[in-house]
Formats: sequence, C-alpha cells, structure tokens
Amino acid sequence: MLKFPIYLDNNATTPMDPRVLETMIPYFTEHFGNAASRNHPFGWEAEEAVDYAREQVAKLVGADPKEIIFTSGATEGDNLAIKGVYEMYASKGNHIITATTEHKAVLDTCKHIEKLGGEVTYLQVKEDGLIDLAELEAAIRPTTILVAIMYANNEIGVVQPVKEISTIAKKHGVLFFTDAVQAVGKIPVDVLKDGIDLMAFTAHKMYGPKGIGALYVRRKNPRVKVTAQMDGGGHERGMRSGTLNVPGIVGFGKACELARLEMADDAARLSKLRDKLENALLQIEESYVNGNREHRLPHVANISFKHVEGEGLLMGFNKNIALSSGSACTSASLEPSYVLKALGLGDDLAHSSLRFGLGRFTTEEQIDYTIEQISNTVHKLRDMSPLWEMYKEGIDLNSIEWAHH
Amino acid sequence: MKERIYLDNAATTPLDAEVLAAMMPYLTTHYGNPSSIYSYGRESRLAIENARKLVAKLLNAHPSEIFFTSGGTESSNMAITAAVRDLGCLHIISSPIEHHATLHTVEHLHQTGAASLSFVKLLPNGHIDLDNLAALLETSKDRCLVTLMHANNEIGNLLDIYAVGDLCKQYNAIFHCDTVQTVGHYPINLRNTPVHFITGAAHKFHGPKGVGILYINENVKIKPFVLGGAQERNMRAGTENLYGIVGFAKALEIASANYESDSTYIKSVKLYMMEQLQKHIPEVVFNGDVAGSSLYTVLSISIPQTERSEMVLFNLDIHNICASGGSACASGSNVSSHVMQAINNNPNLITIRFSFSKYNTYKEIDTVVRLLKEMI
Repeated sequence: MLKFPIYLDNNATTPMDPRVLETMIPYFTEHFGNAASRNHPFGWEAEEAVDYAREQVAKLVGADPKEIIFTSGATEGDNLAIKGVYEMYASKGNHIITATTEHKAVLDTCKHIEKLGGEVTYLQVKEDGLIDLAELEAAIRPTTILVAIMYANNEIGVVQPVKEISTIAKKHGVLFFTDAVQAVGKIPVDVLKDGIDLMAFTAHKMYGPKGIGALYVRRKNPRVKVTAQMDGGGHERGMRSGTLNVPGIVGFGKACELARLEMADDAARLSKLRDKLENALLQIEESYVNGNREHRLPHVANISFKHVEGEGLLMGFNKNIALSSGSACTSASLEPSYVLKALGLGDDLAHSSLRFGLGRFTTEEQIDYTIEQISNTVHKLRDMSPLWEMYKEGIDLNSIEWAHH
Repeated sequence: MKERIYLDNAATTPLDAEVLAAMMPYLTTHYGNPSSIYSYGRESRLAIENARKLVAKLLNAHPSEIFFTSGGTESSNMAITAAVRDLGCLHIISSPIEHHATLHTVEHLHQTGAASLSFVKLLPNGHIDLDNLAALLETSKDRCLVTLMHANNEIGNLLDIYAVGDLCKQYNAIFHCDTVQTVGHYPINLRNTPVHFITGAAHKFHGPKGVGILYINENVKIKPFVLGGAQERNMRAGTENLYGIVGFAKALEIASANYESDSTYIKSVKLYMMEQLQKHIPEVVFNGDVAGSSLYTVLSISIPQTERSEMVLFNLDIHNICASGGSACASGSNVSSHVMQAINNNPNLITIRFSFSKYNTYKEIDTVVRLLKEMI
C-alpha cells in the first residue's frame, strides 16, 4: 500500500534513518552532559561520544578527525569557510572565485565579502551546468585566495570536476573550498584524493538530524586556518565556540557511518529508479533533462516540461507527492530558478521544471505512481493550455508579441 | 554503579522527558524542510511559528522579535557584532566576569579596531558598580553598547537589569544582556524590560542542546550574522533545527508553568546546602552576593587550599558527584577562572561551583556535604 504523500524532495532534507535516531536517544536522556565539562563523567561521556562521532564523520570523507569542525549546519559552515579564509588570508589577497550556480549560502556570503571590500569573480557555467576549467584558471589572479565551487548542485545534481578544480587551485597556490552538502554520503567524497582544502556538509541531507553540520579544514599540505566567526569558550579548536550539540553530533556520526557502509548499494538502487523515472518522463513530448546527465548525482533528476506552468504542475499532485521546482530555500518565491537560468534556460522552461530527489526510503512503487501522476498532469494541463495548442499548430511562440499587463 | 549526583546544572541540564516527547514527531515523521511548500514543509513551518509565538508569549515579546539560533554563543556573537556593525556602537562597555562568548567577541572587535572597549568596575561582592557604569556612559564620545550578563554563571550574581537598562536609555546606548542563565529560570517580561537584545539556550533549562534564541527589540534594525537563505525572516540563514526549536518552546513552557514551585524548591535546596556547609565545614566561604541578589540555581564556594583540598574536584568525581571549578566552557584549561580572578584573586583558595535543578534532593546534599567534609 502506498502511503501519501510520497516524499521525493530529498535534496531539501531527508527523513532521519531510525537507526540514527536510536543512536541519539541515550544522549537526549541519560548521557546529557556538556562535552566541555572536564570534572565529571557526564562530561566525559559526552566528550567521548563526540570524539567517536568525529571519527565516523572523518572516515566517511577520508579526513583526520582533528580536521572536522562541528557547526550548526552547512550554511554556517559555508559562512565560516568563506569569511574565515577572507579574514585569515587578508595579507595574501582579497579575491575569491565562485560560480553563479552555487547555493545561496555561498553566494550571499560572497556578496557580503564584496561589501567588505573583497573582490569576487562569479564564473558562468556551461549549458550542462559544469564550469569551464580554462575559465577558472584564467580567472585566477595574484590576489586570489579562494576558489569556492560546490561539489554537486542542489537543483540539477550536476557534479563538478572537483579533482581538476583542486589541481588548478593548487598549481596557483590558491585554497579550494567546496560546499559538498549534496554529495557527501551519496557519492564517494575523499578530501585527499579530491584535493579539497575546506568542505562544508550537513547531517540532515544524509538521513541525520537537522541543526548539525561540519566544516572540514585541512591540517597538512597545506595547513589551512580560518578566523573563527563565533567567539567564546574556544570549542572546536578555537574555530567554533558554543556548547556542542551532543545528540546531534552523535546522530551525524551514525548517519556518516551508515552512508559509508550503504552508499554504494543505495546509489546503485536509486540510480536505477531515477533512470526509470527519467526515461518514462522523457517519453512525454517536449520534456528535457536539465544539466549534465553523465556527471550527476545518482538520485537526482531535474526535468522541464515545455508549455506547462511548474506551479500548476506542482499543484496538480502536491497533495500526494512532495516535490519542488527548485531549491527549498527559494521555493516560496515565484522567481524562476537562478540555477536553471544560468544554464541558459528561458523563463518558460525554467518555470516548468521539477526537481526529483530520490532517497534511501524511496520505493519502486512510489516511482511508478509518480510517473503516472506526472504524465497525467502534464497532459491534462497541456490540453487546457492555449500555448500548447498554438505550439501544436506550428506557431512559433517566440514570434508572438505579448501584450504587457 | 553508584547513583551519580549531578550538581552542574549551570553547565547543562538533563532534558525533560516531556520535552523529548514533544520533539519526537519532528525527529521521525515530521521531517520536512520548513522552507518547502508542500505539506511536509508546511507542517514544519507551522511548528516553528507556533514555537516562536509560544516563546514570545512566555517572554511577553512580539513573535517578530524572537529569532532562533544554534545557541547562546551564536546569539551573543550575533547581537554584539551587529550592535557595532549596524547600530553605530563604537564603544563597548562590558565587565571582566562575562561569559567567554561575550568576552572573546568584544575582545575580537576591540583588536580589529571596530570598537573601543571599557570594563566596568566591580564591587567587592562581584556586582557591577552602577556609578562607574554611569560615568563610563556619561564620558563616552561614541555611542555605547553595554553588554552585561543577567546572572553570572560562576558565582550566580544577578544584575539589576532595569537599572542598567534605564542608564542605557538615558545615554542612548544599546543594551545586550546575556540571559542564558536566567531564561527558563526567572519570569522575563520583555515589554517592561529596557533591553535591546537578550539570549537564551534551551539546554540550560531542560531543553535540547544546539538551539537558542536571540531577542531583538523591534526598535533596532540589524543585518544577519549567518548569511545564505531567507530563514528567520532573513535574519538567520540555514535550515532550521526543527526538533530543537520545538523543544526550546516546550522546555520554556514547562519552566514557566512550574516557575513558582520549581524555583521555591531549588532555592530551598541551595539554602539547605549553605546551612549544612556552614554547620559542618565552617571554613567554607561563599562567593558572590550569595545572601542577596543571587541566582537560586548556583552556589559557588571556596575552601582553603591544602594538599588534600587541591584534589577536591577529582575526589568528588570519584564519589560520583558532578560539580565544576567554574564554567564548563573553560573547565578543560588549567587557567583559573577569570571570574574568580576578577572578584577575589586569592590563589590560596579552591573554588567549587555547585548548581542545582528540580531533580536534586536534600538527601543528595547531605551526601555531598558529608563527603566534602572528609575531603578537606
């Protein structure tokens, strides 16, 4: 029996894995200590649990536990990495390179850096969502201190050539920061092999709890430092103060361990389901996949249905299928996705897109139902649409002069 | 294992079972991202807004003045940074006995040249010298940020928040009050409290770790501290800690509902411990204004340093008694407490902080006093 609503928005957040919650519960109840309390066992238990979780988190991404700084989430991690590097390396330069398809947490922080007097280059992406490596290299200046490019995009799932990016950054002595929120726990991410200097990620996108994330800060070759953005008790090796969210950290650790053990199986199963969904929906006339299909997260698909209003589409089945047209952070706004616009999509296609984010708990039955519902809704909306009728009659819609209202 | 006696409730408190129960749905079935527009997202959004309304009601503020953060440290950092950056406060007035979240933030701003920094004088009992505060405000060339804590986490002294707030009003200063030790422990009525910013952390009053609030008075307009999303009405980016926020509100609701009985009881536990200590260990000295304006949850004592007493925290621990030398945040370091240094810099005294909750008993106090006597 299908239970509604079906959740296909795992890029926005994921349900917590029951095994994660089970691990957290004792730290909500009997082991409630403050991890900074050094004089009694409640504190030690908490600290031990944090240390263990730190190892679990580090192991997933090939880091040393000492390189993991716990934060309240990836947004804080993005802020800490960019502002922290900008302040720490001020004597070296003030130029940062990023891309137009980054998450708002990176883009808004970069805009803030510009207000402080920093310089930021926003790389355009190609039609498939990938950055142009030659453009990246050409953008590097003597004053460049940081390249900030996300590992995988939250709207289209496109995976950037991280290794190549880090090689270029390294060649020019520039630090490389990646927002890896969507990639960690879903595809193999290895900070050493990938040459990453700083990396933000978060638990709630990988079946862990909300309110906890981490920033990886490299300690060797080179030793990277960031200026703390929250001062206080000097927790997290002085880089992030504040009483540690022990249950959250324990949950994050468990989520990382599960991801490490089950990622390959999950990815294999989900990419099959994703392909089934995508291929079925591409059978619909005038439907297009957004972004590079080859360099892409295995559980993500972003599809546009021409001449169908995305909002109308969502309303058509929203009661039964939880889906979004783009990032959750901007989903309340009616603006078309800036990511899709950056790929060169016109407003019409950008407005008619759906983002599918499959997850650990997605079943084939749910996918079958989704295919049926979406196909029906698209056909129904097109049957009512004068635009579709005109298109079918062979009228070039771009040649029409619309009355402004 | 012997029953542990937890007397370190100023560091953190056990989560109330009722709070966990309120959080559970948001740890399991109600997991939607509050920014998502479908049903999962809408129920999350509703839970957050209901929590905000409840917190606002309990503190007698407007919901638009309550912002959820990752905890007290973030809230204090956010308020202090904003006061300097956005409100033109080029002179910070603080005290040497503030929490490190305040002290290190103001020192950072001072070092980077963003603001000048003055510390208000302390009276012998550890209270703020209000005359000195008035003089500092009076002679300041720049607009001031006054950042003083409502209750000291180590010695328990309570600030006269109204007197300080009125002074700030008089001199057009911004007043940030670190209320981490008092939110959830005292009724706070923000409508008649002259303050611009207060902070709260759920884990100090039987709520979850990882969530706090910043109250921003509706008359001050600041820019966000953590950037990158429209959450918290553009004031604090990042996917909300949904279950934490629900837990914060529930914990505050329980604390407020039981304030009379809980505070009366906890105060009696503290007084009982003072009596018993005086009776059985006359050499004990109480720190701060313990008989006057003092937090009913905290009792700081000093004992003469001897070869035996030096190991007292260690020995208390061996007997399953959890207390601390000072603040948890600094308890890993061997540096003596900055608070004790500021009020009574006597290296021949050992300081122990006991802090109480509704779960402590008189019997526990008897055990602690008996064992303590043997240890010194």
